[in-house]
Amino acid sequence: MSKIICSAAIRGAHKIVDMAEEKYEEALKKYGPEKEVSFPNTAYFLPIIYSMLGAKVQTLGDMKEIFQECRKLLPPLVTDKLWLPYLAPALDAGMSTFFAEEMFEAVRYLENSEFYTKTEDPTANNLWLGAADDVIFRKRGVEFVDGSAPGFAAIMGSPADKEVASKIALELQEKNLYIFMHDQSNGISMPEQLVKNGVQVGWGTRLVPFGKSYTTAVFAIGFACRVAMAFGGIKPGDYKGNLIYNKDRTFAFVMAFGEVSDEWYANAAGAINWGFPTISDWDIPQVLPTGICTYEHVVSNVPHDEIVQKAIEVRGLKVNVTKIDIPMSFGPAFEGERVRKDDLFMECGGGRTPGVEVLISKDMNEVEDGLVTIEGPDIKDIEVGQNLPLAILVEVAGREMQSDFEPILERQFHHLINYIQGIMHMGQRNIMWIRIGKGAVEKGLSFTHIGKVLHGKLHQEFGAIIDKIQVKIYTEANKVAEVMELAKKTYAGRDERLGSMTDETEEVFYSCTLCQSFAPSHVCVITPERVGMCGAYNWLDGKASYQINPTGPNQPIQKGECTDPMVGYFTGINEFVNQASRGAVPQVSCYSLMNDPMTACGCFEAIAAMLPQANGVMFVNRDYMGMTPSGMKFTTLAGMAGGGAQTPGFMGVSKHYIASPKLLLAEGGLKRVVWMPKMLKDELAEKLQQRCKDLGMPELYDMIATEEQGTTEEEIVAFLKEKGHPALTMETAV
Amino acid sequence: MAVKRNGCEGCADITCPSSKQVLAQDIAKGVKTAYDRIKARGTSACLFGSGGTCCRNCNMGPCQIIDGVEEMIGVCGATADTVAARNFARVVASGTAAHTDHAREMVRGFLETAKGHGPHQIKDVVKLKALAEVFGIVTEGRETKEIAIELGERALAEFGKQDNEPISMLKRAVPKRQAIWKKLNIAPRGIDREVVEMMHRTHMGVDQDYKNIMLQASRCALADGWGSSMLSTELTDIMFGTPVPRRAVVDLGVLKPDQVNICVHGHEPLLAESLCIAALEKDMIDLAKKQGAKGINLVGVCCTGNEILMRRGIPVAAGFVQQEIVLSTGAVEAMVGDVQCIMQSLVEVAKNFHTDIITTNYRAKMEGATHIQFEEEAAIESAKGILTKAIMNFKKRGKFFIPKEQKVDVVVGFSHETINYMLGGSFRASYRPLNDNIINGRIRGVAAIVGCDNFHLSDDGHEVIARELLKNNVLVLATGCAATALGRAGLANPEAAKYCGDSLREVCETVGMPPVLHMGSCVDNSRILIAATQMVKQGGLGDDISDLPAIGTAPLWMSEKAVAIGQYFVASGAQVVFQDLPTFGAKEFNNYLLEGLMGPLGAHWNVAKEPLEIARLMIAAIDSKREALGINKKKDRVLFDMDMRRDLGAGVPNTGCQGHK
Repeated sequence: MSKIICSAAIRGAHKIVDMAEEKYEEALKKYGPEKEVSFPNTAYFLPIIYSMLGAKVQTLGDMKEIFQECRKLLPPLVTDKLWLPYLAPALDAGMSTFFAEEMFEAVRYLENSEFYTKTEDPTANNLWLGAADDVIFRKRGVEFVDGSAPGFAAIMGSPADKEVASKIALELQEKNLYIFMHDQSNGISMPEQLVKNGVQVGWGTRLVPFGKSYTTAVFAIGFACRVAMAFGGIKPGDYKGNLIYNKDRTFAFVMAFGEVSDEWYANAAGAINWGFPTISDWDIPQVLPTGICTYEHVVSNVPHDEIVQKAIEVRGLKVNVTKIDIPMSFGPAFEGERVRKDDLFMECGGGRTPGVEVLISKDMNEVEDGLVTIEGPDIKDIEVGQNLPLAILVEVAGREMQSDFEPILERQFHHLINYIQGIMHMGQRNIMWIRIGKGAVEKGLSFTHIGKVLHGKLHQEFGAIIDKIQVKIYTEANKVAEVMELAKKTYAGRDERLGSMTDETEEVFYSCTLCQSFAPSHVCVITPERVGMCGAYNWLDGKASYQINPTGPNQPIQKGECTDPMVGYFTGINEFVNQASRGAVPQVSCYSLMNDPMTACGCFEAIAAMLPQANGVMFVNRDYMGMTPSGMKFTTLAGMAGGGAQTPGFMGVSKHYIASPKLLLAEGGLKRVVWMPKMLKDELAEKLQQRCKDLGMPELYDMIATEEQGTTEEEIVAFLKEKGHPALTMETAV
Repeated sequence: MAVKRNGCEGCADITCPSSKQVLAQDIAKGVKTAYDRIKARGTSACLFGSGGTCCRNCNMGPCQIIDGVEEMIGVCGATADTVAARNFARVVASGTAAHTDHAREMVRGFLETAKGHGPHQIKDVVKLKALAEVFGIVTEGRETKEIAIELGERALAEFGKQDNEPISMLKRAVPKRQAIWKKLNIAPRGIDREVVEMMHRTHMGVDQDYKNIMLQASRCALADGWGSSMLSTELTDIMFGTPVPRRAVVDLGVLKPDQVNICVHGHEPLLAESLCIAALEKDMIDLAKKQGAKGINLVGVCCTGNEILMRRGIPVAAGFVQQEIVLSTGAVEAMVGDVQCIMQSLVEVAKNFHTDIITTNYRAKMEGATHIQFEEEAAIESAKGILTKAIMNFKKRGKFFIPKEQKVDVVVGFSHETINYMLGGSFRASYRPLNDNIINGRIRGVAAIVGCDNFHLSDDGHEVIARELLKNNVLVLATGCAATALGRAGLANPEAAKYCGDSLREVCETVGMPPVLHMGSCVDNSRILIAATQMVKQGGLGDDISDLPAIGTAPLWMSEKAVAIGQYFVASGAQVVFQDLPTFGAKEFNNYLLEGLMGPLGAHWNVAKEPLEIARLMIAAIDSKREALGINKKKDRVLFDMDMRRDLGAGVPNTGCQGHK
């Protein structure tokens, strides 16, 4: 790092630590050392401090020691002549900067809890979201894990022009990156520019306005720290493990617009510890030798039209984007984009008009690859507000195609259509709903573009099983009705086939190591009756994925002999897991919470936890932020269930598994379930009620408590007693 | 005798301005230096002696052997190869013995310190624990004192170990190197034992197979590098502090006109550290003031100088070849020596001035010098006694000349721990950036310039080599008097990055480091072994030291210690280049050193005459290693997609490295 940069970074770090400490001392005087401090709804305390030092900052008093650490790390300023090596001191200064900034921001939350919106999208009067809470973090973290987001751009300041800002944002979105925005240049911030230019910002579009001061850079870095702890199994305090994990796996970089202040340099120096380089449009020195980052450390003076390309090259990132020939942008970053009322051009399905989408397999000679037809009016033929019925019929053929794969391919429609900028897709099958925005129509959207997307992407992702794809789109009522009939018949057949498939009927289960890029120590076992804990991959997915890529993340496991049908021990599974975990996990059960429970990476939809007093099991889903009867919130429980370790009594599960006949057989199944959040119970209501009926206990459903009955074991035990819940009289589970 | 004061026939020119200026003064007229003596001796060196074929190991000779002449083998029948090998091996043994006796004193001092005796403390607890782990000493839940005492005792036991297990620190080497030692059966067992066995095997009528002799020479040298020298460096660091980057000054201009100038000369830092502590005490300063001085100015000479330079930033006045010249300034109240490289001529030089030559070690006395025994158990009192003697001399100072312009700023303190830290900071400390920049070619390779200086050769030899290496983007590590010479040449200064080739300059500027990294005294060459091992362990540059694009030189070697160091480098897989070797009289053996050792050890000795020739040989050796590693060609940038990141899985330990590695 050149002398100018290191000198500035160290100067900046001094200023920042001074500033933060002053603010801290004021707060300490005002509130006293016992006053609690935290970032909103997170189990990771102040995540950078927690991950680097292992220190849990919970009160103002706890900060004292961390400030001492900051002072220890702060090096003297670089001298003009006969300087001592300055790279390492500058990196330490950057780390000190982050510690100070995290505490500064925590004090800010304390002093004004409304300073940030704490939501996924900006509110009417506040653009700045603040730190991601654990709900957002886990939801988005999964995308880092499964590869749909390779990393993030931490943006400091903004380019001068809103068009340029929007173009750079779009380019970054097209590379599937998250865009975390901080601070401003010359009084204008990038999110303001984007909003002015009609670009949707918020977590949904990956354009995240973190905060309007440079100190919020810690929200971006803290996100990376949490990814390593939650998914990588990196322990708090294992600073080197965390930093190397991020260097190797989180493809993030700092992109700075405009003049670089000492404070920005300090933050940039800090980010280099994580292997995140800085790319600047300003004329500052460069640091090209490699080492701490994978490639260059600081690259400057980059023109705006090259800056995104340069940034991903410097970070060493390859983004495989297939160009789909449609006039709109396309990619995962647009999946969460909404089409709001004011922007709406038309709708299909969703109760407004009949809408259906279905994929069926045909013989090779019945399909003409690349054929996209439309019968009925296209978008260009209608006026604003005029809705149309819609049927999307995709017919595929392939030598390796099996009818079992149809629902998997069909399930891709949702995200693939959503990937198109300006279109919003919800639901599936015959409850699908498409909203089309005016922006997309202005750019010349046609229904045939949906066909092109499905054709192109299905070929790309499933090329190993399908050879031909044709897409037929209908917008005439009678034609739509025809497809609807065909679709319903198809769905019924599929459901029957799926319903009859059990762990006993299939000899082969599938492993899933899709998330090994981020969670290297974990292996999922997916059975027909136990969906992967992320909820995204079922047994058929595993089968199809194996077919597509025989050396890929889903491998068949011969389940072998079942040595205990209640606990769910299978000789084949044990052998496989033992080998895949290099002996760390010698035995895994498929149906038990207490005996060798399955490990988890961290991207589970829900957690099962034992409640000893109630002699029962509770479930809590990722989206529930409140307290649970276990005395822990989801985020804390997640720390116990994740990280690739077996902790009896805590386990990550998919929501689907809660209604599975194989649910925790060893502990007595559904009859053992005593509590779950209302939102989860409502979501699963239909399936759970059916399961209760199947068990011959239809009243069981109402015996399961929610937060309405209580969030302590005492409260719910009282409720269970009142209802006569079976768990109370079952043999002890602990 | 009137001698031209810029060198002489048989010795190279004096180029060093400070030396020239001092010797040009009237007050220095009566001084006879080594340069003068070389001239005065008149004769050229004995060919049998310098070729290694003079055998004096028994009383049937001495036998001068002429290789290839049947009549001119030894009386006992010893061939030129046997004789040269025995002589060479004895040089190694002597050098090893010197380091070993030095190290023993340091270990004993360490043990006393651990027990709470004396003025020193355990300063580097982290390093203490790290080294304790190497020795298999339990550290968890134990008091520092307890660990230190056990470590001290275990370290002391390494010298006299009698079983056949390898000495403890060998296991710090990379596995492949350890396997080579095991296969050749040259892993040293006890440090003293290897010297004794070497002396035994070179006794008349014992080992008469030069290859077999070299096996023991290697084992003996390894007992030095991975044994005594390493023990000395590591325990000294733990006791006196591991060096960190600091500013200092070198050359004769560090003498002060108005202070009591005391030169500390020799090798063992125990004495020097005690002198440093005592010189800061009020009674000593008061005494100096009472004598009309403004204070006490301790300066270093030779390797003691490097020890206190590295750890305290105490200036170094002179390297080996300037020891007489520093006295010739007339400004030195006393020169205090302990052991090694202290020339007997000092007494004669001092006679021209008020200077006292004080010997302090019972092992090393000189006629005409004042002996004040340095007692470790009463270290400060001893030190004060020595200082008092010097201070009381101040008033006697007559005319003097200090070349006050001749001082050069340096940045020193590059222990292998410093290098590790400075490349990544507290949180990302590692050798990765060094390896990366070697792999990507910004740094072509690493060269160690170590060892003595020598009156026979031009005193700018180190500088000429270093400049050529830097120009060709080779990073230079330096120790001993070579480091002092390079410091004097201004190359141990961060601004010297401008003398480097573009890409090395870029790296130096990135880190903020000088292009020549001063790593300490000659005993500290063990730091280079660890640094090289770290580079291998970091990955990407092969799996043994012999794969690294790195090479060492002791171009102006003088002391037998240099040969021991050279041999432990070679036996550790590192190439070395010397300006000459006392083996050329035995063709086959000479070839064995220069080529044949490659087979068993993966490295060999090299000889090149001229400094530039040495530099070019080093660059060529580095280039051939680069080629063997396949890093000689520019590689395309690897861009990672998701699948590649997923494949990282296998390489990542289960739950991170817990911050220890």
